[in-house]
Amino acid sequence: MVRSKITPGSVFLYSILTVLALFFLMPAYMAAVTALKMPADISLPSAWELPPVFNWASFSEAIELLRPNFINSIILTICATFGSTMLGSLNGYVFSKWKFKGSDIVFTLFLFGMFIPYQVILIPLFQTLRAMNLYGGLPGLILAHIVYGLPITSLIFRNFYAQIPTALIESARLDGAGFFSIYLRIVFPLSIPGFVVTSLWQFTQIWNEFLWGICLTRHADNPITVGLAQLAGGQAVSWNLPMAGSIMAAVPVLCIYIFLGRYFIRGLLAGSVKE
Amino acid sequence: MILVGVFVYGFIGNTIWTSMTDWGGSGSLALEPEKNFIGLDNYIDLFTGFLGSGFRQDLVNAVYYSVLLLAGAVGLGMFIAILLDQKPRGEDVLRTIFLYPMALSFIVSGTIWRWLLAPQGGINILPTYVGLKPMTFSWLSSQAAILVFNWQDLLRILLFMAAFILILVGLFMLRRDQGRAIGRWLIPGIVIGAFVWLFGDIIPDALFMEEEHGFNMATLGIIMATIWQYSGYTMALYLAGFNGISQDLRDAAMLDGATQVGYYRHIAIPMLKPITISAVIILSHISLKMFDLIFAMTGPDNAQTGHPALTMYLTTFRSNDFARGAAIAIVLFLIAAMFIVPYLVGQYRQRGRD
Repeated sequence: MVRSKITPGSVFLYSILTVLALFFLMPAYMAAVTALKMPADISLPSAWELPPVFNWASFSEAIELLRPNFINSIILTICATFGSTMLGSLNGYVFSKWKFKGSDIVFTLFLFGMFIPYQVILIPLFQTLRAMNLYGGLPGLILAHIVYGLPITSLIFRNFYAQIPTALIESARLDGAGFFSIYLRIVFPLSIPGFVVTSLWQFTQIWNEFLWGICLTRHADNPITVGLAQLAGGQAVSWNLPMAGSIMAAVPVLCIYIFLGRYFIRGLLAGSVKE
Repeated sequence: MILVGVFVYGFIGNTIWTSMTDWGGSGSLALEPEKNFIGLDNYIDLFTGFLGSGFRQDLVNAVYYSVLLLAGAVGLGMFIAILLDQKPRGEDVLRTIFLYPMALSFIVSGTIWRWLLAPQGGINILPTYVGLKPMTFSWLSSQAAILVFNWQDLLRILLFMAAFILILVGLFMLRRDQGRAIGRWLIPGIVIGAFVWLFGDIIPDALFMEEEHGFNMATLGIIMATIWQYSGYTMALYLAGFNGISQDLRDAAMLDGATQVGYYRHIAIPMLKPITISAVIILSHISLKMFDLIFAMTGPDNAQTGHPALTMYLTTFRSNDFARGAAIAIVLFLIAAMFIVPYLVGQYRQRGRD
């Protein structure tokens, strides 16, 4: 439906949309403008104005400060995303194609893990990791993300595999293929789009996670969210640094969102337990 | 699977156990800390003790956060979705703009919003660009509270609310089933309401001293940031839903003389009830674990903006008071379970029918 005439209705529609869009863009503008100012040019009354001189040094300084965190986050996110999607895909395969007695109940109990406030498992998690000698470093954090990522990845894969006709699996079984060979030869190749959606979802979640990052890692292994919080934490900070840091922490996920938006949204919708 | 079983259910059990011990204080970080069973003392202290007043304010905050986040994000998201459903030009660009906050971390958005809400800058000076006086609202540091109530009166207030809801439901039911509406809803509602109103004095105080809580103005900024971040999400949900409704149905409604407003009110939105329910579940779950955003925006600076999730972290990992932290976590968990368990049971039943 293409409207060419200007009606009061369409003027109204577009003006509301413009106001809303400005409201949504406001923080991004503010972050960019502040990050580009010289520390001396930052003052509250002129916060909205464009910088008199562009100062890219904030970015290099923020990169310098946050580089270890950034690298930690990359390692963490890639390993944990890989682990949780692989295991999730296997789980989803079991829950949709190798149903056992009571598998629906188990699956529902499984999903519950997705919704619990993570505070409730934080203390034992902390203790367990300490007992396993994994506390403080990245491996422990990766393990936590893999385990607690499983419910959502299993759910997405289960719904995805529900679309694969069961007849296909059954005929393969008649041909003598077993659990793993069916998975490797038939299910896995068919589920590449599922992997894209799930990995994007997990990547975003893990990259943005903060609570475990701050509770389960020591300083040297802090992910980027924790690094940023510390950068922005003090009272007498010059705001160009935290703003540059925020942009830095946001860039990877924003890139994903902009270039792979379609899959990102699909993950979002899948994450809402729609069946 | 076993791993998840242990990590979810085993750990929840462990936290429940921890919450009933006196684990905390010095030496609590030792590998084999001394823990003694003390029953429900931690909970009793949180809800009635002197030191727990911060927690009670947090609980009140959490309720306001949740209610306003739900109303704001669902309302605004639905509104934007309806606007975009008119297929304006540049729909794709607009959708991208509305949804991008969802990709950000709470820490990132919290950092930026803290700067936006700074006292003599940011949002407060926006009006000066159109020739108005700057606002002087101290978004994140205000101590002012509205809707203040005395925590002592909690039981009375809850009973009043129950009575109000009963009467409301009764009035709704009146048209459909008069007998049941009056018997089941209206009469009990009126009886409870009248009882509390007349004999409120004999209902025990919830607390031994007066303690006032209310909706803190300082939390407004946080709520605004959350709505900013999550209304794009509900928008995406609704937009997907609206697109799923067939054009035929819409044309048929229009032929029958439905207006745009009427179409959404009577056809589209009721059809998307499952989406609304999922959105409510997801958002209430998010609002219950809202920790990062508050941490980044006000941090531990302003106790008025606290949230149980934040207090749990502070008590557990800053004060090393593990037992009390566990108790807070369990309270959060119980609140979350109230939303989630019915939802999951519903989902399970649905799966069984498929």
